[in-house]
Amino acid sequence: MPRTIRTDLVVIGGGPAGLTAAISAAESGVKNIILIERQSKLGGILSQCIHNGFGLRYFNQELTGPEYAQRFIDELTSFPQIEVKLNTMVIQLGSNHRVVTVNDLEGLVCYQATAIILAMGCRERPRGAINIPGTRPAGIYTAGTIQHLMNIDGYLPGKEAVVLGSGDIGLIMARRLTLEGVRVRAVLELMAYSNGLNRNIVQCLEDYEIPLFLSHTVTKIYGDKRIQGVKAAPVDENHNPILERVFTLLCDTLVLSVGLIPENELSLMAGIGLDPTTKGPLVDSSYQTTVSGIFACGNVVHVHDLVDDVSEESKVTGRAAAAYVLGQKTLMRQVKFKIGRNIRSIVPQSLFIDGQTTIYIRAEYPETDAILKVGKGKARQRVVSPGETIRYLVKPEDVHDYNEFVPVSIEGGESS
Amino acid sequence: MTELTCIVCPIGCRIRVNEEFETLNITGNRCPRGAVYAKNEIIAPKRILTAVVKVAGINEMLSVKTSEDIPKEKIFTAMQEIKKIIVDHPVKIGQVIKRNLVGTNVDLVATKNISSP
Repeated sequence: MPRTIRTDLVVIGGGPAGLTAAISAAESGVKNIILIERQSKLGGILSQCIHNGFGLRYFNQELTGPEYAQRFIDELTSFPQIEVKLNTMVIQLGSNHRVVTVNDLEGLVCYQATAIILAMGCRERPRGAINIPGTRPAGIYTAGTIQHLMNIDGYLPGKEAVVLGSGDIGLIMARRLTLEGVRVRAVLELMAYSNGLNRNIVQCLEDYEIPLFLSHTVTKIYGDKRIQGVKAAPVDENHNPILERVFTLLCDTLVLSVGLIPENELSLMAGIGLDPTTKGPLVDSSYQTTVSGIFACGNVVHVHDLVDDVSEESKVTGRAAAAYVLGQKTLMRQVKFKIGRNIRSIVPQSLFIDGQTTIYIRAEYPETDAILKVGKGKARQRVVSPGETIRYLVKPEDVHDYNEFVPVSIEGGESS
Repeated sequence: MTELTCIVCPIGCRIRVNEEFETLNITGNRCPRGAVYAKNEIIAPKRILTAVVKVAGINEMLSVKTSEDIPKEKIFTAMQEIKKIIVDHPVKIGQVIKRNLVGTNVDLVATKNISSP
């Protein structure tokens, strides 16, 4: 039997979500916190995001990823009640709040926690997730892998690249590759619009005259030992490639930026209910999951556009977990959302009707001059884009008159 | 005529700029901030540049940025210069790595801490 240590709170993951949540819980009076990180350093994915643009809302200034992370790491070290476990993996999580960890110094250690915060983040969809036909040569990477190779290890992945997918990391890596002398032949996007932020399309692609092919995909990868090129084609409205219009793009590197999936193996192990759309735990406005005392925040809940939103949400989560640990029970009426026109997902999925809650809404398709309706509340949306999360502050009067379900929809817009 | 996408807010107006007798005729912007953006983009576009440099004796790159935005046309010359840099550890966030990068009057500064092994 591994030794068991009792503790107030275990935070799983030392990226921006876990860091903020641990600090916020400590500030709210939790005495014993264990922060578990599988890497040798805190900071999570921010360590390799050397570009700027982080913190515009949270700190009111533009920081790079490592700078943003360091602010929280510095703050965290001023709390002696937070003990950080680096190089440590959680291998088991129970609904009874038992966390089994392993590392090379202590072996197996089990924590019995009053509360748990899940902050494991997300991972990239690899080639296997999108089934591109062709050979299996070297030179096919996810955008995040290339980011690590270039920004942490200092290696160039190749000389001529094609990027599939126009998510933000793909756009940012297209620029980064170009700056280091790699020729980026094209960015291909299956959808008729990019999922990346407008700012990134302008500053990463247009600035460097990198062509963006919307409604296009890769139909075949070829090359023996090393990738030699891809076949690409436009797609019809059902996203099927139009094979008569296939063309060839020569490249020695294929960069995949085809989506992120919250990493929820541990959540499933603990029997936590997941939202099939966000692929993250179902949470209420205190970011508590369907298992009492287990909370979740950051990209493990839903994939965020901005780390500022992660910090904001994780602060709420840390406070709520602290209230749970300190036995401050809240018994308030909760409502859920009824998803209406042009809404893909809403987080949190349910909320307490008293007090104000920021909700994050992702639209299904782009449109202009629309109105977001949340119960009795309304907000004008000049532009709706699936690539940019809509934040809305729910007021008690928006939702008070509803018993169980509050309708949410985007109305009156024109598809763009 | 030059056409550009405004990045001031998520709307992303397509702004058209015509140069007529030393004055700029800006159309397509929905707000005054868009006009300011377009004017700067035409007269003197600037960007913050971020990159990595080598650290002597350590297998980990040091991330760096220009302390202010630099003229867009100097970005590739700046990258050539940045590639030649090798710094000694330890390094602190904000430490100047190269003063007056390629004559821009802007410094290149570290964006992460690297301690000595």
